[in-house]
Order: sequence, then C-alpha cells, then structure tokens
Amino acid sequence: MSDKKASLATLTNGILKENPTLVLILGTCPTLATTQTVIGAVGMGIAALLVLLCSNVFISLLRRVIPESMRIPSYIVIIAGFVTVVKMLVQAYVPSLYESLGVYLDLITVNCIILGRAEMFASKNPVVSAALDGIGMGIGFTLALGAMATIREVFGAASFAGIAIPFLQNYKIAFLTKAPGGLLVYGLLIALVYAVTHGRAPLKKSFSCEGCVHAANCHVKSCETKGEVQ
Amino acid sequence: MSSLTKISVSPHIHSGRSTAGIMRDVLISLVPAAVAGTVIFGWTALLPIAVCIIACVGFEALFNLIVKKEQTVSDLSAAVTGLLLALNLPANIPLWQCVVGSLFAIVVVKCLFGGIGGNLVNPAITARVFMLVAFGEMAVSAFPVDAVAGATPLSAAKLPSLLDLFLGNYGGAIGETCTLALLLGFIYLLVRRVITWHIPTVFIGTVFLFTFFYVGFDAVEALSLTMAGGVFLGAIFMATDYVTSPSTAWGKVIFALGAGLLTCLIRYFGVYPEGVSFAILFMNILTPYINQWTRHKVFAGGVKA
Repeated sequence: MSDKKASLATLTNGILKENPTLVLILGTCPTLATTQTVIGAVGMGIAALLVLLCSNVFISLLRRVIPESMRIPSYIVIIAGFVTVVKMLVQAYVPSLYESLGVYLDLITVNCIILGRAEMFASKNPVVSAALDGIGMGIGFTLALGAMATIREVFGAASFAGIAIPFLQNYKIAFLTKAPGGLLVYGLLIALVYAVTHGRAPLKKSFSCEGCVHAANCHVKSCETKGEVQ
Repeated sequence: MSSLTKISVSPHIHSGRSTAGIMRDVLISLVPAAVAGTVIFGWTALLPIAVCIIACVGFEALFNLIVKKEQTVSDLSAAVTGLLLALNLPANIPLWQCVVGSLFAIVVVKCLFGGIGGNLVNPAITARVFMLVAFGEMAVSAFPVDAVAGATPLSAAKLPSLLDLFLGNYGGAIGETCTLALLLGFIYLLVRRVITWHIPTVFIGTVFLFTFFYVGFDAVEALSLTMAGGVFLGAIFMATDYVTSPSTAWGKVIFALGAGLLTCLIRYFGVYPEGVSFAILFMNILTPYINQWTRHKVFAGGVKA
C-alpha cells in the first residue's frame, strides 16, 4: 500500500512539487529557446520525455555496474545514444518539427534535467521508480513548456499552435516572442508556482551534496557541512 | 549636505510628512508638464493620461485585493506612476497599450516586488522601456525626437530652434517636450524640499557637457540636444525616485553622473533611440551598491565584520 503511494508520489512529484523547469530550475536553455511556439515547445517536451524515460531506466539498470568516477561520461554516452534515436525518429516522421527545433534537439544530450535526474534519482533507485520519475519529470517539463509557450504565442503572436486568433490580431505584444519576453514569462511562472506551493519546494531533500554536480563550487552552508563528493 | 540630515540615534522628531503628502507634491509638480502637453498636442493628450492613472490605481487596488494585502492606493504613489508613464508616451498611442504598460509598471515591477519601497527599479521608467521593446514596430514613430537625436545627432538642421525646444513646440512624448514646464515642476519640488538638486543638476549637466564635446564645442547645438528628448523629464522626475536612487549626497552625484554618461553613450553610439530610460533603469539596478559604497561612517562603532 505504502509502496503504491510512494510510486504515485514519484510520478506526480515532477508535475508540480518538483517540477524540473519551474521549481528545480533545470533545463532553462531549451525552456527559453523553444517556447516561442506551442508546437515547438510540446514537441521538445515529448522528445525530452522519451529520452528521460529511456535514460532513467537504462542508468538505473546499470547503476551497480557504472563506476563512481566514470559516471558522468557514462551517463552522457547513454543519453546521447537515446537522443540520436529520438532525433532520427523526429526527422523521419515529423520533419517540420525537426526543422523548427534545430540544434536544440541534439542539445537534449546535455539537458540538465536528464543529467540531473540521472544523478539525483536514477542512479540510486530501482528501475520502476526510475521509470516513473522519468515519466513524471518529462510530463512536468512538457507542461511547463506548454504553459510558457501558450502565454508567449497567444499574447505575442496572437495565435495558438499555429492557428491565428482573430480578435487578438491588433493587440500583439511582440516582445513576448523575443528572448527577454521569454525570461519575463519564465520568471512570472516560477513566481506563480512558488506562490501556489507556498515555496515548499523540497530543495534540501533532493539537493543533498552527495551527487550534486556543483558541490565543488558550492557556497551554500548546508552543502559544505555535509562534505564534498569527489 | 549638512550633518543634520544624517541619520542619527534617537530621539527623533517626526517632520509630519507622509508618503501621500510627498506624492501629492510630485503630482502637483507634474501638472505644468501635463498642461503643456495638452496645449501642444491637443486635448487627445488627456486620454493616455487619464487611462494610465486609472489603470495604475485600478491594478494596484486589484492586486492588493487579490493577494489580501493592505490597501495602499491612498498613498497616491500609483497615481504618480500612472501620470509619469503617460507623460512619457506619445499623445497618439493606442490606449490598450497604455493599459498593458500600466499593468506591467504596477503589477510586475512594483507589486510583485513587495509594493511601494520594495521595487528594485522605477515602475514608470521600466514600463516605458517595456513598451518601447514590446510594441517596437508600432512605436517607431512614437519617439521621434530621441530617434532623431540618436540616429543622426549631427544633423542639427532637423532640430527645432532653442525657443521651440524650451517651450516644447515640437514632437515627442506628452510631457517631455516643454522644458519650461518641467523646470517649473523642478523648482516646486526643490522649494517643497521633496528632492535635492543633486541628481537633476548633475544628470543634465553631464549630458550637456558630453554633448558639448561630442558635437565639437558648439554650445547652442549641445543645449538643443540636451533639451530635446526625455532628459529633463527623466532627470527631474524619474531619476529622483526615493526608492530607486541612492540616499546619500555623493551617491546621488555618482548615480546622476552614470545616468548622464549612459544616456549619451546610448544616444550617440547605441541602436535604441531612447537613451534616458535605459540609463536610469541601469543606474536603478546599481543603486544598492552605490548606497553601500557611499554609506556614512558610524560614530564610535562599525566594527568590521
């Protein structure tokens, strides 16, 4: 019973409470770059979800095999393999999306969310939890990107998923489709999620210094006292 | 700055001034500029002014209502923001853009950062920059004077005569053209001791001197370029905002010097037409650091940490 509850929590954590984009603030580069249009954002989200799911499962399976000192290169090789698969699939079946995402599709390889979940979760948990975590985080990422892209496209370009909204045509705020507008919407959404969750983002829990990529350069007191990783 | 104005230990005497009182003075000091704008651009200039003030006050009231905060509309600061924003806009601006700009100024810049006193940057200036960037394509014709001053500063033939510049008889934003009206407001604010002379004088002086050297020691042209555009409005009313400008005298001088230099650099070498807003916005962000650098020494204390 409690197992079931825990696995459900693993799945739903990524959607709001530990939303990778809006709470953990990971993967900001694709977030800002691909949210100009809803189609691009959702495409990016789904592509990342697939890679995240596969890499989480794979890394979880190999977690006893991968040596500690070689884990980052190993993760990247695994992730890059899945990214290549997804990229080819997108190129073959949705060429228009492939065109619009461009280099950001390849850059999923170094997406902080995927590497971060490999470090923080998949490498320490059994396969089923890792898969659920991957799906939850992927959905959270897709939803966050979709929400951002909806705001930016509807108010910035007066269309939704490429379909023009007639009564907004004369009221475009072109700023929102540009980079600074993206940062603005991003900040507002982070603030909104913070307000909704009352700032109870479980920062300490998921960011123990162990396994934190930034531990060496970290200035946060709690991290220092817990000691360095490498 | 005499030592009397420094912050000291208690007992303190309350001067009887309130935020609402100061804001009322600022509103009064802006009346000449608003009247001049209405005379120059016709009665339509009153529309953006009304819309901006109503929208700013309305959004602040609404925000406080939604997040269940104490109602702060009566301190008049939202009305000042609305009036300042409107004076920074051209008279023919679409009114829905005024509403979006007011929403940005009040909700995003001010309320989300904790309301009056908590905002990092000046709401009216930031909203003007936002509108310039947001409605860029539509507002190309909206900032004609600074556009001229920015793109071809040396083509003085296009600039109006000194008298026209002083009286505001040329195109531009509603409140920025009539230098005379702005100076009247400045004098009122000085007499009422709402602001000190430091920021406006140093700001305008820096712009004049830089321009003087830039145009090749031609005082008339330098004066024309200084009076054109938003330098006076920005220096007197926007750069002197208590919340977002330094509180020490030297800090104010540094702040104004930086703003003046940046204004000229953006005007003469940058791509955006509006130098004043960007310059003030940038110095707003530096204000906490300037305050720290120029902090008064504490008597018989201040052990270094």
